[in-house]
Amino acid sequence: MSSASAPAARPSLALASLQRRRLTNWLMLGLIVLALAVSLVPLVAVLAYAIVNGLPGLSATLFTRLPRPVDVGAGGMANSMVGSLVIVAIAALLGTALGIAGGIYLAEYGHGKLAFLVRFFADVLSGVPSIAIGLFVYVLLVVPMHSFSALAGAVALAILMLPLVVRTSEEMLKLVPGSLREAGVALGVPRWRVVLSVLLPAAASGIITGTLLAVARIAGETAPLLFTAFGNEFWQRSLVKPIDAVPLRLFKYAIGPYDAWHTLAQSAALVLILFVLLLSIGARYYAGRNRLQRQ
Amino acid sequence: MMESQLLPVRAGIVPRVAATAAAAIRDAPRAAKMRSEHLNVYYGGFRALIDISLDIPERQILAIIGPSGCGKSTFLRTLNRMHDLAPGTRIEGTILLNGEDIYGASVDPAQVRARVGMVFQRPNPFPKSIFDNVAFGPRMHRRAKGGALADLVEHSLRSAALWEEVKHKLHQWAYALSGGQQQRLCIARALAMEPDVLLMDEPASALDPIATLKIEELMQELSRRYTIVIVTHNMQQAARVAHRTAFFMANEQRAGFLVECSDTATMFTTPADKRTEDYITGRFG
Repeated sequence: MSSASAPAARPSLALASLQRRRLTNWLMLGLIVLALAVSLVPLVAVLAYAIVNGLPGLSATLFTRLPRPVDVGAGGMANSMVGSLVIVAIAALLGTALGIAGGIYLAEYGHGKLAFLVRFFADVLSGVPSIAIGLFVYVLLVVPMHSFSALAGAVALAILMLPLVVRTSEEMLKLVPGSLREAGVALGVPRWRVVLSVLLPAAASGIITGTLLAVARIAGETAPLLFTAFGNEFWQRSLVKPIDAVPLRLFKYAIGPYDAWHTLAQSAALVLILFVLLLSIGARYYAGRNRLQRQ
Repeated sequence: MMESQLLPVRAGIVPRVAATAAAAIRDAPRAAKMRSEHLNVYYGGFRALIDISLDIPERQILAIIGPSGCGKSTFLRTLNRMHDLAPGTRIEGTILLNGEDIYGASVDPAQVRARVGMVFQRPNPFPKSIFDNVAFGPRMHRRAKGGALADLVEHSLRSAALWEEVKHKLHQWAYALSGGQQQRLCIARALAMEPDVLLMDEPASALDPIATLKIEELMQELSRRYTIVIVTHNMQQAARVAHRTAFFMANEQRAGFLVECSDTATMFTTPADKRTEDYITGRFG
């Protein structure tokens, strides 16, 4: 093994084409970095634009006041924010409960034709335009109930998040080792209790992350709310009457004719982006922390 | 490989067999706790086991040995209806537990598994604390809570020879234990259900020799109170721990069948079947 006994007749390690290879390497690396930069441009630009234009209009009154007529002075969108929270909270509740149930079915019991159909339609559903879902809920709920409502808005958003939650829960449950399932069943515990008390806790961190991301995704949706929640200039205590939401307010102000409205729309956009960003970062942080804990 | 396996078998078994033979006389013939009658198992169209009739004596250890793919584990899993989880598996014949057919029409498979516990090849504790792992079965069956549950957990951990090592860290994560400790935790978890029968599917094959020895000592201790069936690849292990040994083989269609079943001492000294002798002396498998 010593260098003295190394055979002398071996060819040199130097490679004739080394210079060219290095050059190619640098070139390719440069291209990849460029691609990364280009794809980051829109994200950074949107954020910067929202901050630059939204910050001037951002004030306490935005969060405390109701909308006011343009000539009366600075109005707010407190009712829209509360409305958004109510709609998203109900949607998250519905979507999570149904989605996790669907995920459990697909991961634990889904073998036959029905499972294939459920999986197929979940995939199709995730591709359906959100405005079409709004229209569907309009026919399903708004028409029979004779009123736009927070409930209808929430159902539309829940349908939107359903495929995401179903597929994430399914994937996360499938990652739980089969040996845990066997261990639970071998103790004479019924299958469904094994799912609820062993498998679901084991998959919880992944499911929670996926659900938070799905909530972040629906929080900014406008189209499904157009003919379901509809919008409102005032406070709304009822869940079965028209209610306002931040994206709806933003939409109304952005296409309105007044400069004051445009400023408010910009601020609303900033608030919405920050809210969604916070949810996404929270989800990533949660996932990361859990991964660390496991190790 | 063949040769190297053959020698320790010869060298290791003979003195052990004498001890086991003495045990066999002491324990005399026991009534069957479980009995399989003309058992056939099919995976879809594939026949995995042919006509297995076998008695499992009470409060003794029955070892099942045989080459890979001879249906040892398949047989073991029929004893607590684990095959119910795999769609497409079909069972013919009868398996009796205390004289009752566990595949009877009105039998709840979960109740069968509550009475026939199982320990798997690889330790598989739940992602919970040590205490919660052992308490899982009794909690789910609402058998005990509070102080009674704590007592049951302690008793089970003591029976699994793990109590002294974990008594100060019952609320720690089960995965912090070593592999051998995890396997004893799984045994404690099964014992907490106070089963009639304990099935062990190569329980030491993922463990080092020291941990293996501990599990084997534990099994002998447990056989005073429990009926144990162990599947093992390791013939020395069967010779060391088992009162009775059953030898399985696979035919040309890869279907498993029982060659013979007798006292361990007889099996390893004067087997009735030529194929058994060939296998235990390392001529194949």
